Amino acid sequence: MASFPATRHSVVAAIRSDRADVRRSAFDALAEAYWKPAFKYVRLKWRASPEEAADLTQAFFLRAFEKDFFSGFDPAKARFRTFLRTCLDRFVANARQADARLKRGGGATLVPIDLVEAEGELAQQAQDGVADFDAYFHREWLRSLFAAAAGRLRAACAARGRDKRFALFEQYDLARDETERPTYAELARRHGLSAADVTNELAAARREFRRFVLAALREQCATDEEFEAEARTLTG
Amino acid sequence: MISEPALDRLWAMFRAPDLAGTRYELLSELGRGGMGVVYLARDTALDREVALKIVDRVDGGAETARTADTRADAVRALGHEARILAQLEHPGIVPVHDFGELPDGRAYYAMKRVRGDRLDRWLAAGRDVAARLAVFLRVCDAVAFAHAHGVVHRDLKPENVMVGEFGEVLVLDWGIAQLPARVAEGRGGESIAGTPEYMAPEQARGDLEVDHRADVYALGGVLQSMSEGPALAAIARKARAPLPAARYQSVQALAADVQRFLAGRAVGAHRERIVDRLVRVGRRYRLPILLVLTYLAVRMLLLWLARI
Repeated sequence: MASFPATRHSVVAAIRSDRADVRRSAFDALAEAYWKPAFKYVRLKWRASPEEAADLTQAFFLRAFEKDFFSGFDPAKARFRTFLRTCLDRFVANARQADARLKRGGGATLVPIDLVEAEGELAQQAQDGVADFDAYFHREWLRSLFAAAAGRLRAACAARGRDKRFALFEQYDLARDETERPTYAELARRHGLSAADVTNELAAARREFRRFVLAALREQCATDEEFEAEARTLTG
Repeated sequence: MISEPALDRLWAMFRAPDLAGTRYELLSELGRGGMGVVYLARDTALDREVALKIVDRVDGGAETARTADTRADAVRALGHEARILAQLEHPGIVPVHDFGELPDGRAYYAMKRVRGDRLDRWLAAGRDVAARLAVFLRVCDAVAFAHAHGVVHRDLKPENVMVGEFGEVLVLDWGIAQLPARVAEGRGGESIAGTPEYMAPEQARGDLEVDHRADVYALGGVLQSMSEGPALAAIARKARAPLPAARYQSVQALAADVQRFLAGRAVGAHRERIVDRLVRVGRRYRLPILLVLTYLAVRMLLLWLARI
């Protein structure tokens, strides 16, 4: 049976730690996972300009850190990402009402928001058709989760000298669209492998990718129950 | 950035079972049931398509310590279903080819891929009563065979019957079927499985003495969904009697009453009015009655002609 990676701690739980350094690193991990879905959500749902969305997203995480927003999360009542989105909506509504830029963040930065990258991604998405912002936020969160898992897979393959495995995964499973996607035979030629090797390497990469997705998901859930529910949502 | 097609691809991959190391290649998803998902797959060893039933990830693959027992239970349950099916070799029961475990620890079994329509959809296409009842009788035949081998299906409904392209009828989803010995062991703490609309009252209550007559009850529901007229309604009603003792005591007895109806004979479950009986007898003996009436009419005509 496939074993689970060793890192199974929950950063959502660590956010309540007594130790400031643990709290800060947990917060950074959450911000890294959520800044992009939050930014895109604010851009589209709240029709914010790129600069305003970046400012609001930054201010939201700053306020969340200062005021300990996330420690109020109760896993018995909701999932963390639903809780975060609700907090974000409330924050943006209040900020808009106050319309006081200085109050929002005053230029301070906590989250490294890459405006160019996020805007580049938004430009590639059809923005007019978003009717269900809950589903949109979920999909962006999923994109962020898969991107994080792909990043971990790349690092793990590099650390073990298996760069070819990640290259195969990147070229086949992460291909932008079907026209860019090579066949197994093309991949085999490109990398000097047999078709059977390509099949085996891709199967191994996918298995590792799945484990990294689950590991990243575990970190974002406060309890085993929430983790199971989120995993069921992903597999259901 | 992960593009839209790549995101869809990764998500589908994340949801799909890992068949690496098995002789099967995943083709598509066929359907989802209470206990698992059925996929269409290619058996690479024999180069043929099969249906793979794979037990659900009860925890979505999270594999927390909390759900270890539940995962083991799910594997056991699927093994139980596969073994029951393997024992029942009958043209009306889908044959099992293989049972095993995937790299991620989930159990699966491979069975014949049945091409055709689910009975509820097949009925929706509009069929005459004779065709519908012919299918019903074949379902009865398969279920009676299972009963003869001590197996009670416990979840019979149109959604669990397939009507094949060549008229073959197969009873599927033996996931909660039980051997009488296991039923009698008692099921304290076990959840009540089945489909409420077709579930016998004793099964819904979780009684210990659920036997083959629970299937008679469910078949009454199936019959009700596919027939009209007072005689068939009476048969369905008798099969669905709240007390098991008031139902047909076997599937064969139920099937025999349906066969009597098809042959135009009186059915045991229905007390006819004299008019209904005359109509039924008239229909059954239409030709001889027609001949006698024609003969009488000709005789009378001849008599009348002789007088003038």
